[in-house]
Amino acid sequence: MSHHLILRVAAKLLIPFILIFALYVQFHGDYGPGGGFQAGVIFAAAFVLHALVFGVEAARRIAPARLLEAGIAGGVLLFAGTGLACMLMGGHFLDYDFLAADAVEGQHHGILLVELGVGITVAAVMIAVFLAFAGRKGDSCTSG
Amino acid sequence: MTGLIDLSLLLFLAGIAVAVARLHNLLAVVVFLGFYTLVSAALFTVLDAVDVAFTEAAVGAGVSTVLMLATLLLTTRQEKHGQPTVVPFLVVVITGAALVFATLDMPSYGDPAAPVHRHVAPRYIERSGEEIGVPNIVTSVLASYRGYDTLGELTVIFTAGVGVLLLLGGRPRPRGGEGGP
Repeated sequence: MSHHLILRVAAKLLIPFILIFALYVQFHGDYGPGGGFQAGVIFAAAFVLHALVFGVEAARRIAPARLLEAGIAGGVLLFAGTGLACMLMGGHFLDYDFLAADAVEGQHHGILLVELGVGITVAAVMIAVFLAFAGRKGDSCTSG
Repeated sequence: MTGLIDLSLLLFLAGIAVAVARLHNLLAVVVFLGFYTLVSAALFTVLDAVDVAFTEAAVGAGVSTVLMLATLLLTTRQEKHGQPTVVPFLVVVITGAALVFATLDMPSYGDPAAPVHRHVAPRYIERSGEEIGVPNIVTSVLASYRGYDTLGELTVIFTAGVGVLLLLGGRPRPRGGEGGP
């Protein structure tokens, strides 16, 4: 599909806005609808669009397998690590009250970290699964 | 007015489901399933479940459709014609009737005496503001009160991702020469 000029230009214009929107959904989840799950999927959608228009190989260069694998595990570790940090600070597992001097502020820190972990893992899993599917036979039809 | 919107959305859903069952072109089936999830997301919005609608639209209509399209690239676009059989039809009808029968026992929509509204929900709604201080109560329940459950959900996604990567091979195998086309 790499010779479609309009698609390439439109995708290049759209991708930054999709990424910004994903970050907005990620960090605005406390105030409006959204959160790590939705943001991760939207973030992955930008990479899927890139892979569809510019080819799977180009997407692989931006998101190499090693980085995606680190993201898949890193998000879960960030989530569980936040819980362990609460225990180290003197509370129960995932009891964010102890993350800061003020309990409500601790809750805010905890929710931010936990949602970030969710977003990282969801985005990495979605990108990796799509590339695994599309990369099976897609190499030949996209690198024309 | 809301009843009219509900009715038209549900009719849409039923129509799309019948179309999916009758179509043999798998590409059209995938597109119709995308419609189906989008209409479901609209229904969730009508029910004021914006967060669920958001997830449904992003995951169901977006990523699932793309994944199914990618799968179609690996297989064929046309369903094999088989003899229409009675047994699956009967199973679907009986299961559907059982589900409709089960809904008769459920509390009506928005009933304040429903069990889900009397258990821990009032506690969350009353205290979330002072305890968590986050305006979106969905986020405070998901990430804080029920953080342990969310960690479990994330582990499910992690496991699913690892499973797919192990089955389909996350890294491209070198195919002779310099390993790429």
